[in-house]
Amino acid sequence: MVDFPLLSLMTFLPVAGVLIILMIRGDEETVKQNARHMALYTSLFTFAFSLFMYTRFDGTSADFQFVEQSHWLKPLGIHYHVGVDGISVFFVLLSTFLTPVCILSAWEAIQTRVREFMVAFLLLESFMIGTFIALDSVLFYVFFEGVLIPMFLIIGVWGGPRRVYSAYKFFLYTLLGSVLMLVGLLVLYNQTGTTDIPTLMASPVASHLQYWLWLAFFASFAVKMPMWPVHTWLPDAHVEAPTAGSVILAGVLLKMGGYGFLRFSLPMFPEASAYFGDLVYVLSIIAIIYTSLIALVQEDMKKLIAYSSVAHMGFVTIGIFTATTQGVEGGIFQMLSHGLISGALFLCVGVVYDRLHTREIKRYGGIVKNMPKYATVFMILMLGSVGLPGTSGFVGEFLVLLGAFQVSTLVAALAATGVVLGAAYMLILYRRVVFGPRVNDDALAMPDLNMRELWLLVPLIVLVLWLGVFPATVTDKIGPSVDQLITDYNAKLEVAAREAAQSAFDTAGEAQ
Amino acid sequence: MIDFNLIPVLPEIFLSLIGMGLLIVGVTQGNVSTRVLCWASAAGLAVSGLILLSVGWDTRSVLNGMFIMDKFAGFMKLLIIIGLIASLALSVRYLLQEGIERFEFPILVLLAGVGMMMMVSANNLLALYMGLELQSLALYVLAAFHRNSMRSSEAGIKYFLLGALSSGMLLFGMSLIYGFTGSVDFEVIGKTLGGLDRIPFGVTFGLVFMLAGLAFKVSAVPFHMWTPDVYQGAPTAVTALFAIVPKVAAMGLLMRLLFEPFMAAQDQWVQIIYFLSLMSMFLGAFAGIAQDNIKRLLAYSSIGNMGYALIGVVAGTAVGAGSVVLYLFIYMIMTAGVFAVVMCMRRQGLAVYKISDLAGLSHHAPGLAYAMAILMFSMSGIPPAAGFFGKLAVFNAAVAQEYYVLATLGVLTSVVAAYYYLRVIKVMFFDEPVDAFDGPQPFARRMVLFVSILFVLGFAIKPSVFVASSMNAASVLFAG
Repeated sequence: MVDFPLLSLMTFLPVAGVLIILMIRGDEETVKQNARHMALYTSLFTFAFSLFMYTRFDGTSADFQFVEQSHWLKPLGIHYHVGVDGISVFFVLLSTFLTPVCILSAWEAIQTRVREFMVAFLLLESFMIGTFIALDSVLFYVFFEGVLIPMFLIIGVWGGPRRVYSAYKFFLYTLLGSVLMLVGLLVLYNQTGTTDIPTLMASPVASHLQYWLWLAFFASFAVKMPMWPVHTWLPDAHVEAPTAGSVILAGVLLKMGGYGFLRFSLPMFPEASAYFGDLVYVLSIIAIIYTSLIALVQEDMKKLIAYSSVAHMGFVTIGIFTATTQGVEGGIFQMLSHGLISGALFLCVGVVYDRLHTREIKRYGGIVKNMPKYATVFMILMLGSVGLPGTSGFVGEFLVLLGAFQVSTLVAALAATGVVLGAAYMLILYRRVVFGPRVNDDALAMPDLNMRELWLLVPLIVLVLWLGVFPATVTDKIGPSVDQLITDYNAKLEVAAREAAQSAFDTAGEAQ
Repeated sequence: MIDFNLIPVLPEIFLSLIGMGLLIVGVTQGNVSTRVLCWASAAGLAVSGLILLSVGWDTRSVLNGMFIMDKFAGFMKLLIIIGLIASLALSVRYLLQEGIERFEFPILVLLAGVGMMMMVSANNLLALYMGLELQSLALYVLAAFHRNSMRSSEAGIKYFLLGALSSGMLLFGMSLIYGFTGSVDFEVIGKTLGGLDRIPFGVTFGLVFMLAGLAFKVSAVPFHMWTPDVYQGAPTAVTALFAIVPKVAAMGLLMRLLFEPFMAAQDQWVQIIYFLSLMSMFLGAFAGIAQDNIKRLLAYSSIGNMGYALIGVVAGTAVGAGSVVLYLFIYMIMTAGVFAVVMCMRRQGLAVYKISDLAGLSHHAPGLAYAMAILMFSMSGIPPAAGFFGKLAVFNAAVAQEYYVLATLGVLTSVVAAYYYLRVIKVMFFDEPVDAFDGPQPFARRMVLFVSILFVLGFAIKPSVFVASSMNAASVLFAG
């Protein structure tokens, strides 16, 4: 264990980078170059810190580690309390890993207001890490909601033609969900007298409140996730966001919803989670099948991947709410894998978009000849998204389906159709873009991946394959925390069932 | 027995004397002295603030119970003084730019300040009325200060007529309360009502009229009609003053009135305040969407914000009152910053007020645009900006008293309101640039903006200081 504030350092290092970037003076070109480099180094340092944290992380324990706690909003008893456990540690790593990737991907694509872009990205990183390490619900909310500010600007300033509409939609949708969670948080606080997440996880909430609170939190996380029918902001946001924005949106922001379910809904409202489980299954299955079908007919590459994200997130919610070890581990794994794969897929779209400035599928075709490296990279990622064994996508979906089978065969069967449909739309996308008739001359004149792009994608591919072959790297570390979560969950349900039986018995006794 | 301890009243006395002294200077020196007088008034306010800090904030009532000094009054007065200094600092250059640098301006501001400080210290219905009228009369004149402008004159007349009406209602309500309780003293009223089994109908009736009058002062719906027109018509320096300070004083007065003498009638007034709060939040959020004038937008925003502040009053607890104080504190500082930006909106020597005039501000004056964006995010209550913590506090107070519906509707309206705050950001950052504003901006204006931004961003780092002092100040209302 280390006793210096590693997590706070990680969270606020990007903010320090922001301050330095804001101080850069000089002519436009100097500012641009320095801002890029500064942002890259800051995010790499943050990543190095997170790797250091990972090596010191004790994967055999389900406890929160690297915990820091100090007074923050003292009159209300709200603390600055952070720490990581098996569930959050990989999300922190995902955030710190994807941020330098995004900054590198924007190296040439972003030419206007570079300094502001880098500032927004570093702030975003800080908020993302904060969300995953916060162990106080108000602190969590501050970070969770704070993410909206940089993301709104990233979409709105550097986005495509309909960026204003999309930025609004993204902001207002997520805000609407989040404020309901805020009321839920406050109710929880006033009922239990604490905002401390570990304490809240340990102390059961009164049954009649659980249902309302669950719905309040669900409103927020379902929008963030996003689940059908509140997913409509996602395709718009993805399509209009710049490449780096899409990567971070798909890679990390969507995971905040799933993380929220694991951190709040399951442990704090177990009875409600069990009660509403069917609702979640139904919504998730609709999401999987319906959005897969929509993805099939998309003409825009980014939109297609955006809809596929909704479908993949459907697996995650099913996995989480099966409340089985496999299901939950599968859900987490699927989130990590999707973060890497869809992030990388958006990078791939960005690569060709930078060359031809269009995302329309039919404007490409037959580029395998002139872009062999690109075709290879794209293929591996496409197969990962399809869930081919040997890639991380397979492990996640397989575990989720395994968990789903234990709960309901029907749910598992319907969810499995999503895998088939997923293969269909991804293969069609790949065929039309990479093979297909060679009709577009400009597409055939595109140069292959340059070194920067290649080195951007290679680490992602290595991770996708690594996790596909050695999933234990992740599952071993998340195992204890997930086991703890499931054990607590079942124990609480048992207590609740016993109490319900007892009270039924009492009323029956009174009636006699 | 004549109670003649004037120590707690010293800040007000000092301010009045300064005001009258400066009036003499102004009369002899004419309008050229306006600039000096403004800064002298600001200095006078600062000194009065220092006096305030040194008179001691233990609960004491003097002048035969007319005037009360306690932690609540002290803290609110400090807020009023800070707000007045900020609005004076914002005004100086604006008055010169608009050609209305008349020496009466700072003096009227000082007199309004004395009135406001009286309001939060009033412990008697008559003292309340005195303070309120002193404040209002000074503000009526200020609204019409740009007397060659049709709009400004219209604003003054409108404000005066409706204000006089509301004062009439207030007086009528006070007379009923006097008739049914036999006293104008807050403590006696409180004791009388506390000893009754049920509140007499006449008192309820009087309370309704008093609340109507006060709702006008805080511009709560349905007594808000004057706000957009007066905000738009009055010179921006005056609008800034209106938005920043009088609301603090009026809310302070309202809280003391409801929590001290009329606590026994909570069941009666809570319904009224609930309604005022809900309507203000809704109207503030929805009506703001359609505005294209930034001053009108801010008027609706202030209506909405008063709705949020009133949530804390509805809660009717020490935590609730503390959250209102905190909310007003944060709102005041944010508003000062916003008006600093609005005053920068000038082209070719003329002030412009359309939201679309802000287009592309991020190209010409990035610093200004970022400052405004931060303030707008804060206004819409997005963490980690300070505005969020104000909302958190009032919603927390409401939820603690199980006003779930009010809290939920409140957060939902805050999403609606976020739309128009975002629109300002959108115009500044996403739209094609139009001509740049006149520059450079005066030092005082930049300072106000800087302090405001520093506060909004820094609040999250050490929120305890402000939260604790607000809670502490409000707790005294519930001490006895």
